[in-house]
Amino acid sequence: MKRFDLERFGLGLAAPVLALIVAALLSSIALVISGNSPLHTFNAMLDYGTQPETVVQTVNKSTIYYLSGLAVAIGFRMNLFNIGVDGQYQIAAFFAAVVGGWLLLPGPVLIVVVVLVAVVVGALWAGIAAVLKVTRGVSEVISTIMLNVIGGGIVAYLLDPSRLGTIVGTQQVTTKPMPSDAYLPGIPVSGGEIYGFIVVAIACGIAYWVLLGRTRFGFDLRATGLSETAAVASGVSVRKMVIRTMLISGGVAGLVGMPLLLGGSHAYAQDFPTGYGFSGIAIALLGRNNPIGIALGALLWSFLEQSAQILDLEGVPKEIVTIMQGVTVLSVVIAYELVRRFSLVQQQRRVGAELRAAAGTPAAGEGSPA
Amino acid sequence: MTATGLVESMTKASTAAGRRRGIRWPLWLLGISGLLVLVSIVRLVTGANDITSSGTTGAALRLAVPIGLAGLGGLWSERSGVVNIGLEGQLILGTWFGAWGAYEFGPWWGVIVGIIGGALGGLVLAIATVSFGVDHIVAGVAITILGGGITRFLSALIFVNTPGGGVTQSPSLPRIGTVTLPGSGVLHDIEQKHWFVVSDVAGILGGLITQVSWLTIVAVLLVPLTYLVLWRTKFGLRLRSCGEAPGAAESLGVNVYRMKYTAVILSGGFAGLGGAFLSLVATNIYREGQTNGRGYIGLAAMIFGNWMPGGLALGSGIFGYTDALQLRSGGQSVHALLLLLAIVLGLLAIWSLYRGRRVRAATSVAVAAGALIWFLTSDTVPDEFVGFAPHLTTLLVLALAAQRLRPPAADGKPYRRGEAG
Amino acid sequence: MTSAPAPARDTIAVQLRGITKRFPGVVANRDIDIAVRAGTVHAIVGENGAGKSTLMKILYGMQKPDEGSIEVDGRPVSFSSPADAISAGIGMVHQHFMLADNLTVLENVVLGAEPGGFGRLDFGEARRRIMEISDSYGLGVTPDRLVEELGVGDRQRVEILKVLYRGARILILDEPTAVLVPQEVDELFGNLQELKSEGITILFISHKLDEVLAVADEITVVRRGTTVATVLPADVTARRLAELMVGGELPSPETRESTVRPEVVLEVRGLTVRAEEGRPLLDDVSLTIHAGEVVGVAGVEGNGQAELVDAIMGLRPATGTVRLGDRDLTELDTRRRREAGIGFIPEDRQRQGLLLEAPLWENRILGHQSQRPNVTGPWIDRAGARADTERIVREYDVRTPGIDVAASALSGGNQQKLIVGREMSGDPVLLLAAHPTRGVDVGAQAQIWDALRDARAEGLAVLLISADLDELIGLSDSIEVILRGRIVGSADPRTVTPEELGSAMTGAGEAGERTEHGVAGGPAGGRHGAGTVAAADSEEAGRHLAPGPDPVPPDSGPGADPDLDVPLPGTAGPGLTGTGTTGTGDLANDPDAGGEERP
Repeated sequence: MKRFDLERFGLGLAAPVLALIVAALLSSIALVISGNSPLHTFNAMLDYGTQPETVVQTVNKSTIYYLSGLAVAIGFRMNLFNIGVDGQYQIAAFFAAVVGGWLLLPGPVLIVVVVLVAVVVGALWAGIAAVLKVTRGVSEVISTIMLNVIGGGIVAYLLDPSRLGTIVGTQQVTTKPMPSDAYLPGIPVSGGEIYGFIVVAIACGIAYWVLLGRTRFGFDLRATGLSETAAVASGVSVRKMVIRTMLISGGVAGLVGMPLLLGGSHAYAQDFPTGYGFSGIAIALLGRNNPIGIALGALLWSFLEQSAQILDLEGVPKEIVTIMQGVTVLSVVIAYELVRRFSLVQQQRRVGAELRAAAGTPAAGEGSPA
Repeated sequence: MTATGLVESMTKASTAAGRRRGIRWPLWLLGISGLLVLVSIVRLVTGANDITSSGTTGAALRLAVPIGLAGLGGLWSERSGVVNIGLEGQLILGTWFGAWGAYEFGPWWGVIVGIIGGALGGLVLAIATVSFGVDHIVAGVAITILGGGITRFLSALIFVNTPGGGVTQSPSLPRIGTVTLPGSGVLHDIEQKHWFVVSDVAGILGGLITQVSWLTIVAVLLVPLTYLVLWRTKFGLRLRSCGEAPGAAESLGVNVYRMKYTAVILSGGFAGLGGAFLSLVATNIYREGQTNGRGYIGLAAMIFGNWMPGGLALGSGIFGYTDALQLRSGGQSVHALLLLLAIVLGLLAIWSLYRGRRVRAATSVAVAAGALIWFLTSDTVPDEFVGFAPHLTTLLVLALAAQRLRPPAADGKPYRRGEAG
Repeated sequence: MTSAPAPARDTIAVQLRGITKRFPGVVANRDIDIAVRAGTVHAIVGENGAGKSTLMKILYGMQKPDEGSIEVDGRPVSFSSPADAISAGIGMVHQHFMLADNLTVLENVVLGAEPGGFGRLDFGEARRRIMEISDSYGLGVTPDRLVEELGVGDRQRVEILKVLYRGARILILDEPTAVLVPQEVDELFGNLQELKSEGITILFISHKLDEVLAVADEITVVRRGTTVATVLPADVTARRLAELMVGGELPSPETRESTVRPEVVLEVRGLTVRAEEGRPLLDDVSLTIHAGEVVGVAGVEGNGQAELVDAIMGLRPATGTVRLGDRDLTELDTRRRREAGIGFIPEDRQRQGLLLEAPLWENRILGHQSQRPNVTGPWIDRAGARADTERIVREYDVRTPGIDVAASALSGGNQQKLIVGREMSGDPVLLLAAHPTRGVDVGAQAQIWDALRDARAEGLAVLLISADLDELIGLSDSIEVILRGRIVGSADPRTVTPEELGSAMTGAGEAGERTEHGVAGGPAGGRHGAGTVAAADSEEAGRHLAPGPDPVPPDSGPGADPDLDVPLPGTAGPGLTGTGTTGTGDLANDPDAGGEERP
């Protein structure tokens, strides 16, 4: 078995490495076209990106991205495409912030309550898409995207001083800020503070691994993703799986806004960041739905973003990073597919060869003398 | 379209019922007339004249076009068996390249460059899905991400140095000419009289013939053209066979890979055209985020139309209408439509009860009651809600219509040469 | 289409020399030599996995041979795609029809060769040509109907029309009668005679030896990837052919010692499954299986067997009752039914029985996710599952280098052995075995039969669905015959012959023939008639018999001699221990196609 493992490991690495090389090449071409030196650009990014302050920002961002990637990956393992993480985390963060601002509870309890609210709201919002899919056959790709916009509209409506918002400072509309004893403390390191919520994020990663790899539910989920017909024949109820999986995915999506809410802004304002959901999709693809892979993907993604901040000062449009990200995703999915096929063919070949070697001895028990 | 077989099993359940024949003409006319009467009543009751005004209808037509073009793109692709979720990304490419082309060379050149931009997106999708066998939806999502990235980067390079332009928008763009058909003036007068039904018809027709962009006419013509090509030519038959039974097609000498490539590139081109339309006709500027999910709404229109161009056009019309309301800040109009919704659902409830479908009757009554209450207790619908009216409509339409569907048999399935037999 | 004068009998239409083809891990064809004379029906016979499919794919341009040459009408040819074969005049009628359901007959036929200029599709011209061919060969085709509305026989005629439309002079028919009932088979043979008389050459691939003897002018036997003999039908018997195909005696599945116990394990009453339009696919079926009993269900594919299995497993909604022992399963879902002790060997192992990309030990868990040793509580017990997988691999002789290999790397036979081992573990009380040895090599087949026999001796109840009549007769304690969703009769495997069984399966009767092939039986089965097959209550039978639920022919009854004059198609010869399976397994999907046997 050792031989298999080593080869599998090697193949597993081959894909992302290959993809990254291709991505770097293509990005270099884009840079050259726009009149910049790739080497200079990469250098500048590397320099800036390894500064302690930037590293802290990178880690913080990647905490958020990690949660987003996990949420998407849970769906992916079952061939469900939860494109609605964006809407789910925003509506979840909003209501969580509202509750956090209005409820009077001791700090630590309030934090727990806020997180629970976020999980529940995110799960419910995803649940709408799940129900539509299970009862009416609506594609979850389209429904989750529509729900993103609808969720954004609802939040925009409610975030008004006459409804659930208040005015802070001169102009900014926000939810009522949470009390200071409900601030989640960060972890101080040289360069800044790391979100305390990173602990929860890591715990989620472990839970993901345990759930999918070690539980019956996880087995059912993966089986449905690998072969729905075989899963059905083995007793899985696809309807129930779809709903449960989407609920879990939405629940984790709800956590995406928590690092910022609890450790940074402490309220939901109009400028609460958007777009983490789509990044989550890319990261889940990069990490091949594997908890460690997703972590690495999240780190890479946010590293690219953070280190690109310096590029404006160097005269390079920092939007090159979005190209890098896009190209990476595309090369990665292609590379994974190629490696997967290659690996299967290799296995078949090896099995065939080994069995032929074993059957080389006569009386292999086939039953019919020639 | 989905990766799990749930949709398959549900659509199969109704294939017997959902035949190709479709509904007959007299029934259509009756339905439309009935709807017109209802709408007119609602308009007179609520005084929301905008719901059938020529301004709204004109805008609806203008906004139906990008949705419809995206939908046509989806249709071409899915008829060959490839699900194109990257339409949104190709649409985005179309908006940017259309804007740039128009700014540099002129509006019609912008159209051409926009088409090419979208087609390039289609090419990338084709390479990923057809040659490399990547899952269609995954590849489509990747393309959409890439599309956003490329346009942002290019804007930072090019538009930043233009007057009025920036990272997220282009400078003001030259316009394509419009045409107004004769009779528009008369219709406008009739419309202003606010008569029962007649004025509504005048408003609708007026909107459709007043100041119509040439590109709109081109786009509208593409619908029957699509039908002719796909159902009446050799090329079309071969393309459709790739989406229905690629193994059979290959065994008869059809080059399935080449057909899929062609279809997906064309699909991107349609989306590119839709994008160019968005930045050149519907507005006169490229702005980041202006596609606003229309690529996906186009897919919904395609599903609504049961993968046929005629139904797709109808679906686009409906979505375009809600989109127009949203853009014209039609809080009052949407409010009036609540009443219409309540009436229509009420009728549906009665009919469902008559047919013995109790669950459907119950939900219809519940939603109708909700709509009615909302209507009665408010004056207008808030802007934020109007903002997602098209998306909500999409969701409702898909939820109600998704049952009697017949997608191409091999849609979304990766195909490898030699899989026949 | 003008008919060319029939070519002289000595002209060779197709000559294959030394054809060899290898796939990763297996040699599918080795040194094949065949000479097909023009204007004849040339049959190619061999059992599953002998390499017939690969050979035909080569001839049709879908694969290229690694060695060897092909000559058509005396000219050497090389095909890199089906288009080349088509232009050489070769047309293939596949076993699994290559038709697009959502397109019309016309569209399916002309695809790739459409008439019309400037890219336009000339529907009128297409229609005219199709009707012309249809009329001259008596095919009776309606061009504007959707293919999905057509029955099996009609679809086959559309396939034949497809190749004739393209000017094929050499037709390859791959297992054409696999899904046909006897009248349809006769119609087909009639069509073939017509085609022959117009000078068309026909290659007929089959493993149904009776049909082959009836219709072929020459027969080539293929075994283990190579040609073994070419004979004239007049010179051989079915038995001799089978021996050539198999190369010796096969272990027979005969089981004669009764192990039936009195406890009822499975009781099914009034089970009905309806299609969307309301038509019953399974119609009021009842049966009973006791512990230690194997009940076989015989029937032509598509008569409700799949629905029966699905209904018992809970995979399809059904009305009626299903009881397992003293538990009523009717309201339970699939998982609960499995937990109650039902094992399931599915008909399509790749779609329903395996996660192809998952390792073997995870496949062991599939279907048993709620039972030990795979799970403890909500957790997967990896160590337990792995250990048990090792055990299964040992006990059932699954040939694999390890349990971490993906299931797709195994050959069909080993995959099936794994499934059988898995389903037999966990002490099921009932085993549903649907075509358990389909597409499985000879050695694995014997092992699976042994496993079934052993389990039966220990009290396992088995419902056996199979199209292999010898397997059914050999393994079952009693046989129920299913036709059009109803149980139409029963048989005692100790005394019934494959002909009788075959005739009951197919409705017992052609036009004008008396239904003396066995005895009319009762309505929904459950009665085990002693000694003879109960014939069908079909329309054909009705012509000669009194109508009503109990059609009993006047001169029949227990002990009446079945009329054995005319061996019906669809059955293996008398006393034959060949493999009469009606399906070429999953060679199409199996990358080591044709290579179940070791070279």
